[in-house]
Amino acid sequence: MGGTAIPHAAGFVANDTPRIVTSRFDHEDGYTLERYEATGGYQGLRAALDRAPGDVHGEVRDATVLGRGGAGFPAGVKWGFMPGDVWPKYLVVNGDESEPGTYKDRLLMERDPHQLIEGCLIASYAVGLSQCFLYIRGEMAVAQERVANALNEAYAAGYVGKNILGTDFSVDIVLHWGAGAYVVGEETALIESLEGNRGMPRLKPPYFPAAIGLYGKPTIVNNVETLSNLPWIINNGAAAYKEIGTETSPGTRMVAVSGHVKRPGVFEIINGTTTFRDLIYGEDYCGGIRDDNDLKAFVPGGGSAPWFLPDQLDLPFEGSKIGPQGSMLGSGAIMVMDSTTDIPKAALSLTRFYAHESCGKCVPCREGGTWLEKILSRVVAGHGSKRDLHLLLEVGQSICPGNFPHASSERLGLDAVPFPYAMTTICFVGPSAFAPVHSALTLFPEEFAVRVSDDDPGTGLAGDRPSLSTSVPVELKGVGAGG
Amino acid sequence: MVVFSGDVLILANEIISRYPRRRSAMIPLLHLAQETEGFVSEGAMAEIAELVGTTAAEVLGTCSFYEMFKREPVGKYLVNICGTMSCQLLGADELIHHAEESLGIKVGATTDDGLFTLERAECQAACTEAPCLQVNYRHEYRVTSSQFDQLIGEIRGGSRAGEIPPHGTLGLTRQHIPSDKGVGAVAPEDVTGAPVWLPTEEQS
Repeated sequence: MGGTAIPHAAGFVANDTPRIVTSRFDHEDGYTLERYEATGGYQGLRAALDRAPGDVHGEVRDATVLGRGGAGFPAGVKWGFMPGDVWPKYLVVNGDESEPGTYKDRLLMERDPHQLIEGCLIASYAVGLSQCFLYIRGEMAVAQERVANALNEAYAAGYVGKNILGTDFSVDIVLHWGAGAYVVGEETALIESLEGNRGMPRLKPPYFPAAIGLYGKPTIVNNVETLSNLPWIINNGAAAYKEIGTETSPGTRMVAVSGHVKRPGVFEIINGTTTFRDLIYGEDYCGGIRDDNDLKAFVPGGGSAPWFLPDQLDLPFEGSKIGPQGSMLGSGAIMVMDSTTDIPKAALSLTRFYAHESCGKCVPCREGGTWLEKILSRVVAGHGSKRDLHLLLEVGQSICPGNFPHASSERLGLDAVPFPYAMTTICFVGPSAFAPVHSALTLFPEEFAVRVSDDDPGTGLAGDRPSLSTSVPVELKGVGAGG
Repeated sequence: MVVFSGDVLILANEIISRYPRRRSAMIPLLHLAQETEGFVSEGAMAEIAELVGTTAAEVLGTCSFYEMFKREPVGKYLVNICGTMSCQLLGADELIHHAEESLGIKVGATTDDGLFTLERAECQAACTEAPCLQVNYRHEYRVTSSQFDQLIGEIRGGSRAGEIPPHGTLGLTRQHIPSDKGVGAVAPEDVTGAPVWLPTEEQS
């Protein structure tokens, strides 16, 4: 079988946290059916088949499994949004992990594909889904191999397909390859891609997938990690799941911490209570900043998230505590910047990503993202003017009107502006192009001010704009209020 | 050259049969064409149009959206170096610059011997192992300049042939659904009611 000779993808670091989704990462052959069955695999499926489907749905809803794709919406609730009497219903698994900083779904697919398959089966049984499509990012060749092999094993053993384990539960799971497009990770774009189209998101409402999804039918789109939690939940119960973490953020979740830390790694952490300080400085986690440098800033929730400062280190992994502080937990991806970081350049690496990945449908994202990248590139290269900095904020206004969220800063005397933002676009790729620019400009204005010239090569608008100085730019506080 | 003939056609039809609508097979068939020819040719797109029941223009429309589909031939080995934040923070720009010097080409170009195409790529989901790159979509982690040169040398020398297939081949194992085990795809309009395992009183 292809893939056996390939060493496991590096990155995962085990600790004392309950291993809800990463339990088989300790085994070299954790991705084989043999090891899966020997370690309790498919017991959750058997238990589910002994219960009424509605019962299984209820258990998942009680457990409050928050979506792990970035939006954090409870899976059991999402399932309940499907209209009762419309058939067929589909399950589409979002294995298109592409958010900058995010590294967990690939590990789950490569190292425990049967767990994902079992999760799909439990979901399909619970709400009556007739077919399941496992959409795996095209660039993840080894994940595709492992999942294909696992599906072949599972079909042969009677876990997938017609009359599963001798019951009247039947479902096919089809492995579908992506082809390289970040925007396709958005659930409606994923469905468009599965239909054979360009991956352009649909407007919600009315195109909430639970109502109108694949081929216009009710569709559940769930993330790989979300579904991977289901076998444990069915085996151990929602109550046991809720004993871990907090009431609103129960269980565990996988987090990747990368950048300027001593030991970057992927960890399974306790949801709701683990803090950013634990992750960045804890001995069980990243062990501090490389070379013992100072922390400058960090991205708390994947490339789309507004940045945090050392001021926010003690915030826990609890969505309701993060939003008011100006950001989001997103896809569980933390990128750490130390004191050596060139902030404008770091912002550019993210803005460029989102500008490139724009699907092109919405003007503010297609044009705005492109201009954000061009103007910021000019500033980073040393050819920018002070007017360019205001231009960046203005362009951002056309994507996200009003006050854009940001963290508080004791150094600058800034209060937090809470998340979420308003947006003029169909999806959040456009806003994500702006988020790094806004965070960098708001929290480190002096790094931009020294890089630009006073000259305004423009149309004489300089006189209307407040000038920027290297001291605290009072004009940038409350940026966006009135544009 | 007809791309979809013989075994490739058999496989294409098998893939199409998995979907409730033929058009959904478009991306898998584009991958299959790229695997066969090393890139996606106009002829292949026209054949795919026939197979899924649409026009060549529609196939081009879908194909041109996705980064992985190369509509011009590329080198046997596509070297994608990630330049997004986590990798950029740990020296991706320097690695890309070194790769250009080492291979003697600029990003986007192919070496004269047709062996390597170098590209700057976006996040490859290996952020803790930065800086990283992929060769034909297989990862290499924490790549230093000298490790890069060593990798290129190994590929040139043939010692990676078993591990890194030529451009176009994705997972080395394919899914096959045995006909006696699979449920089979049903067109959505042909499904009239709830699946049989749901109790009839259930509404959700």
